[in-house]
Amino acid sequence: MSPAETLSWPGTYGDEAKARMGFFTDTSICIGCKACEVACKEWNAIPDSPKGFSGKSYDNTLDLGADTWRHVAFVEQRVPADAGGGASLVEAAERGGLAEREGLATYQEGDGVRWLMSSDVCKHCTEAACLEVCPTGALFRTEFGTVVVQEDVCNGCGYCVPACPFGVLDQREGDGRVWKCTLCYDRLKDGKEPACAQACPTSSIQFGEVEELRERAERRLEKLRLAGQDEARLYLADPDDGIGGAGAFFLLLDEPEVYGLPPDPVDTRRDLGSIWAAAGAAALALGAGIAAAALGGRS
Amino acid sequence: MSASGAVRSYYGQPVIKEPVWTPEIPVYLFTGGLGGASAGLAELARLRGNEELARRAWVVALAGVAASPALLVSDLGMPSRFLNMLRMFKVTSPMSVGSWILSASGLATSVATANAMTGHLPRAARFACPAAALLGLPLSTYTAALLSNTAIPVWHESRRLLPFVFAGGAAASAGGTALAVTPDRHAKPARRLAVGGAVAQLAALQLMERSLGEIGEPLKLGPAGMLGKLAKGLTAAGAVTAVAGRGGARAASVAGGVLVTAGALAERWAVFRAGFQSAGDPKYVVGPQRERIERGEARGGSRQVGRRRAVQDPPAARAT
Repeated sequence: MSPAETLSWPGTYGDEAKARMGFFTDTSICIGCKACEVACKEWNAIPDSPKGFSGKSYDNTLDLGADTWRHVAFVEQRVPADAGGGASLVEAAERGGLAEREGLATYQEGDGVRWLMSSDVCKHCTEAACLEVCPTGALFRTEFGTVVVQEDVCNGCGYCVPACPFGVLDQREGDGRVWKCTLCYDRLKDGKEPACAQACPTSSIQFGEVEELRERAERRLEKLRLAGQDEARLYLADPDDGIGGAGAFFLLLDEPEVYGLPPDPVDTRRDLGSIWAAAGAAALALGAGIAAAALGGRS
Repeated sequence: MSASGAVRSYYGQPVIKEPVWTPEIPVYLFTGGLGGASAGLAELARLRGNEELARRAWVVALAGVAASPALLVSDLGMPSRFLNMLRMFKVTSPMSVGSWILSASGLATSVATANAMTGHLPRAARFACPAAALLGLPLSTYTAALLSNTAIPVWHESRRLLPFVFAGGAAASAGGTALAVTPDRHAKPARRLAVGGAVAQLAALQLMERSLGEIGEPLKLGPAGMLGKLAKGLTAAGAVTAVAGRGGARAASVAGGVLVTAGALAERWAVFRAGFQSAGDPKYVVGPQRERIERGEARGGSRQVGRRRAVQDPPAARAT
């Protein structure tokens, strides 16, 4: 299997398989404008989801769910005066010059506070637990290697909701079915890019072929490291990780949990063998127990 | 959790979703076990010639497996689409496997019970009785696989022992219910099953809680903790009472049977609630994952770990 291959893509599609498509979300250039949230809601005709005023920075969306398929997180952090290894004015100016030469845009940083903004989305995992546990087959792998819920099949059993290690899926109130990002399956079929990527004014959300995006992400990481941004890291870009790598992966500037993301997510299917083995052993033990109670001793 | 007991988080927001399952589900976890284990008890009692016990246990089995699908359909977001459960058979989905087990078990138990009550279906029953008894075993334990095959830490990490807790509970409730409705002369196997199941459930639970360590904390706190204490109390008191009823004290047998059955229901509910508490607090999700990374045993996430900058998180971003 090539790194980006999934269980059912491209294998089951044969000649009809398309290149695997995904997102590279480069949070270092996210400005928190929420155009992605709005474009997603508009294009996919998602019901409104008012949650009131959260008091959590500029984030009143709070999480992904049935009615939120893009979510922009706002992290505020205090930066000590000597941040960046005791940078002097000269060093800071030198870093600014390097940023200019390398053509790097960076996040805002001043007054001792730094902002981390990140647009979260369904990860379209290579090993997608939601898809594996779905008993109806409503969740399926498309010809683009993405993971989509078929709204005419889903019966709202809710199994995918706690199976997702990222808390992406949820049941829609008053509807009963689960909904999530489709990576704009309808637009992809027409050769268009997803609404969020098209709306993003800074190219923080980049859409393309997963293999190519991974290379692009590596180059961006290298550039940022050269510019002294050595807390930058790629998240879910590694095919060896607990979900086999994601179709939608990220460049983050702090630990994933700071953005509300799990630092070491694992597809539950990896433990399916031991799960079934234990259930089988317990069934046998129950049989032995009933037999001992019913057949042993005097009836 | 980490030594300080705190993990970093996004304003304390949950990382994974709580289940959307309604109270029908813990009741089903109970009725499935009750029905499944009762079928086994009924069939073996019949083979042993204890018709009095067998007939009653078949009725309990039918009640259990008949209530189960009703509870499950009622929990669906779109109940009218319940038949979609049988669109395919997926080993990776314990819910799919369970739907087939429950369907087959329901059919077999119906035939077996009808024959036990009327004697009209002897030929079909020859196949249906052992089938119902055998299908009852996985019906009692697959529900543990269903809960464990999720991202919820307390459920996932209890994957090796939870099926034994459920098996013990199934035995206890089947034995207890049969004990409560069967005359003493014929109830010896039911009493043994009730007491044995109760002891097994308590022992498996003890082992499970110990092996979970801090991930098992939700089992001890809040509503789950209270239900868990209730379950243990009911189960232990029921087992003692059931033993005391051995001498022919009918009231003690009935009370003992009812208590262990209630204990099995409360235990399923406790485990169910604990999953919500485990999903709702990011420390249970992030803590163990961060520890895996720090021990160098990470299974995923960001391999290319960047340097940690000396930033200060706002107080709200720290879950405790």
